[in-house]
Amino acid sequence: MKTTAYFSVEDNDYLSAFDSLGRRLLELALVDALLAPCYQAECDWVMPTLICDPEAVCGLDPLSPIYPLNGARHAARLSRTPPGGRVAAFMRPCEVRAFVELVKLKQGDPASLFIISADCLGAVENRTARTAGGRRDRSYTATFIQEALTSGDSGELEMLAPACKVCEHPTAEMADLTIGLLGVDLDNRLLVEARSEKGGALLNALALPSTEAPKDRSKAIEKLIRARTAARDAMFAATRAATGDLSRLADYLATCVNCYNCRVACPVCYCRTCVFTTDVFDHPSAQYLGWARRRGAIRMPTDTLFYHLTRLAHVSTACVGCGQCSNACPNEIPLMELFRTVALCTQTGFDYEAGRHLDEPPPLSTFAAEEFADVVGLGD
Amino acid sequence: MPDSVTDFDPTLIAFVCNWCTYTAADLAGTARLAYPQNVRLIRVMCTGMVDPQFVLKAFLEGADGVLISGCHPGDCHYINGNYKARRRVKLLRELLTHFSIAPQRLRLTWIGASDGIQFAEVMQRLVNDLKALGPQGVASEHASWRPQNRRLQRDAIGSGSEVIGRKP
Repeated sequence: MKTTAYFSVEDNDYLSAFDSLGRRLLELALVDALLAPCYQAECDWVMPTLICDPEAVCGLDPLSPIYPLNGARHAARLSRTPPGGRVAAFMRPCEVRAFVELVKLKQGDPASLFIISADCLGAVENRTARTAGGRRDRSYTATFIQEALTSGDSGELEMLAPACKVCEHPTAEMADLTIGLLGVDLDNRLLVEARSEKGGALLNALALPSTEAPKDRSKAIEKLIRARTAARDAMFAATRAATGDLSRLADYLATCVNCYNCRVACPVCYCRTCVFTTDVFDHPSAQYLGWARRRGAIRMPTDTLFYHLTRLAHVSTACVGCGQCSNACPNEIPLMELFRTVALCTQTGFDYEAGRHLDEPPPLSTFAAEEFADVVGLGD
Repeated sequence: MPDSVTDFDPTLIAFVCNWCTYTAADLAGTARLAYPQNVRLIRVMCTGMVDPQFVLKAFLEGADGVLISGCHPGDCHYINGNYKARRRVKLLRELLTHFSIAPQRLRLTWIGASDGIQFAEVMQRLVNDLKALGPQGVASEHASWRPQNRRLQRDAIGSGSEVIGRKP
């Protein structure tokens, strides 16, 4: 079984090659649908789009730096119950890792999906993309890819979202197929690598010419990961200093208006009904005056620290660091930094890494008879 | 009202399971064993139903310590609730540590239905430990936001007088 192949690029236009690849997947009936970031008619903004008709494959752009939402939610939506067909889902590595978490939380099923993920050079926040000059079409993507690849490591790209500057996962280990950009000459070919048996079968069926991965590729990936890891560790230290106790956390979250957008945008915060929108927090009016009398003064809205701490307790073990919480915050609170920093403690505590593998059960969904003896009893 | 740090009267919120530790507390009561009044018992059907947010809420409301106590491993009325509680305590301790709340403020113990004496002893020991740790008032949700509250709190901790955000 071949594991590395290439897809020819015509006229040096590797972005249009995604349209050809998508169309080929549908025409050969290898899949019944594509789920991919796609420009909508007359609109220079990508959104995940579900495409069944090969004729309708137009304007696919899985490499666009626009990252409006974490598509893992949609992959889960398409696979939670039998979808009645096979879907090729183009996802970023952080979307793949979020999907892995959702699968383990029984919100999706990879059986009917082929996950295709390109090397991720990073993305930009919605507000950055929205205020960028010119059209945000494929030329915007091409300029971005060019700059990201030539800057050596993407950490130097000022426009990148904070989450991407500190992301040490530019490739998706859990995808079925990956599309290589790092260390690859993009002018005449896209590198396609199979990472699973399913991916290998798809690669064979596509009948693409096999090749070897360019020898600079692993070096380029390592270099990017090294730079991002260094940036990540600096971010951890800064966030630890900024949120090290609840007074500092209160400062950090001072502008929070309890809109809960971070929770809506979070791909792994999957509860249908969140406790914070239930009657539990629909306090009787007199309660507020009671609190204010007792404390002297209370901040309105209330329960802000409680909300964020509860979310940290509930989902930090599943946090993949995609940064959509920060992207969704109307007041630009650096939530991704807070979540990743706390997630480092909670995931390390269980020797777990969110999105790493389907076979590792989420820490709070499993237990053993003998474990964590140090948290039981009265000793230190 | 306490007039020095050594007289500090901690508040301990204890989530106790109906089948073991609550029964032990009942036994301690019927046996007329004395234990500190600082403990506020909250009876739950199982330690496995204590959501992390209950513990966080207790700390944010100014509790100095939280105890989760249930059946010994293997004795859970619902087979495995206490094992789940143990994982949640592990998680919460990581979280509390990040926010500079001493992890010793959150305890998990197994106290069986017949361990009335042990219940009284554990409560005494926990309250002693909390007195040694001192007040945890800075973590209060309401107190954390306002600078004057923080100043009052600092003064309170410094002078050992009442910590704001705590009921007299």
